[in-house]
Amino acid sequence: MNRANRGGLPALIFLFALLVFWQLGAMEVNAAYILPTPLQILRRLWELRGPLLTVHLPATMAVTGLGLVISLVLGLGLAAAMDWSPLLQRCLYPVVVASQTIPTTAIAPLFVLWFGYGVWSKVLVSVLMTFFPITITVYDGLRSARAEMTELLETYGATKWDVFRKIKIPCALPCFFSAVKMAVPISIIGAAIGEWLGAQSGLGYFSRRMMTQLDGAGVFAPIVLLSAVAMLAVWLVGLAEKKIVKWRGES
Amino acid sequence: MRALEFDRVSCRYPEDDFDIIDNLSFSVEAGSFHCIVGVSGCGKSTILRLTCGLLRSKAGTIRVNGRPVAEQSHYCGYMPQRDLLFPWRTVGENLALPLEIRGGYTRAERRELAEEALADVGLAGCRDKMPSELSGGMRQRAAFARTMLAGSDLLLLDEPFSALDFLTRVSMQEWLLEQWEKHRMTILFITHDVEEAVFLSGSVLAVDQTPIRRLSEIPVPAPYPRTRACLARPEMAELREELIEMLRRRVEV
Repeated sequence: MNRANRGGLPALIFLFALLVFWQLGAMEVNAAYILPTPLQILRRLWELRGPLLTVHLPATMAVTGLGLVISLVLGLGLAAAMDWSPLLQRCLYPVVVASQTIPTTAIAPLFVLWFGYGVWSKVLVSVLMTFFPITITVYDGLRSARAEMTELLETYGATKWDVFRKIKIPCALPCFFSAVKMAVPISIIGAAIGEWLGAQSGLGYFSRRMMTQLDGAGVFAPIVLLSAVAMLAVWLVGLAEKKIVKWRGES
Repeated sequence: MRALEFDRVSCRYPEDDFDIIDNLSFSVEAGSFHCIVGVSGCGKSTILRLTCGLLRSKAGTIRVNGRPVAEQSHYCGYMPQRDLLFPWRTVGENLALPLEIRGGYTRAERRELAEEALADVGLAGCRDKMPSELSGGMRQRAAFARTMLAGSDLLLLDEPFSALDFLTRVSMQEWLLEQWEKHRMTILFITHDVEEAVFLSGSVLAVDQTPIRRLSEIPVPAPYPRTRACLARPEMAELREELIEMLRRRVEV
């Protein structure tokens, strides 16, 4: 057993204690329609596995995937543009920050009116929430390239593009992975919020439908599934990061 | 032939209100080894940065092999104080960097040249290691090999050994002299360590004033090849003390 796993043991014990506390508290309250116990949620998840896994999970994943890809393209593009040109940086940076002051959940119903009940209104919610951390983190990563390294390359006769490829991109790579690890859960949440506001399928939509039926465990079941998927995705990104970034920490 | 020539060069940093290099003229012969010695912050690094093109002069002309540097590229190899090996590249890939930038080499050619250069500096078999696996002295040797691959016989070394511990520094100095005797490139070596300057250079170029208006050229009375034993000779000790005295006067003013 390596050190990282041993480090996770206290967290597991603590999590287990919290779940026990929840279980006992919810049993005491005894109102499953608003506060189901963890065991009730798991049971409901098992009962609903058919529609959840075959219909609603794929729908949410499609939105998440599209949202993530668009956010990555947009975020990386903006980060590179701002790093490339100080003028663009001055133009774009305030707009990027301002975009985050939009209360997305409040105006998301408008997105449904604009783009309909299809996939794109949800993708827009997801992108609006996800592109920001990617843009800012990767931009900082590109900025972190050391001036001395750039100068050294310039004495070899390097162009701006050479510097970007050979210094900036490798320097930003650890930040890029941090950004993706942040972006994955956020894009899933964005997709779920979009579905909650108006959809015909998806885990967010399903959770809301259960709410109208006063099925507390049914509200939580898709949320548990979303968390599990997000954790799995972040773990996979972490694996890829370990394969690709071998120099993190060495200055 | 003159490998490098400063002709009434002046340079000012934007934040200063005086020229740190003021109407400076000097030249070095091809195949010579000069140390520029001076206290920290006296502007000696500025001379190298002007030469390699990282800084623009305000007035005057800098010539390498008789031609103004503004008209040339790949005319010098610059090695900064930190080795600046890129931590995400293997040692071999680091050496290939200047070749990649210059272009015109296939991947196989670059690998071969890097391999040869590594063997030349005594790092055969380190090509696929990461820089973090090398010791301080090995890293500096790799950085030196990379500088030689920059494609010029004029090497500008900016305090390359100052971050090393004493014993490593001493053996790196001996090693550098061996390399120079083997390849006979022109070396301009910046240091604030007087003993290092005396041991390495054919003649020392001392910075005894800031702004820099002249470099005092002081020949070192010892023939190459040298060993550290020559530092104990009375005339060498005398020169060392003389230089220290000169630089201290500059500090007290």
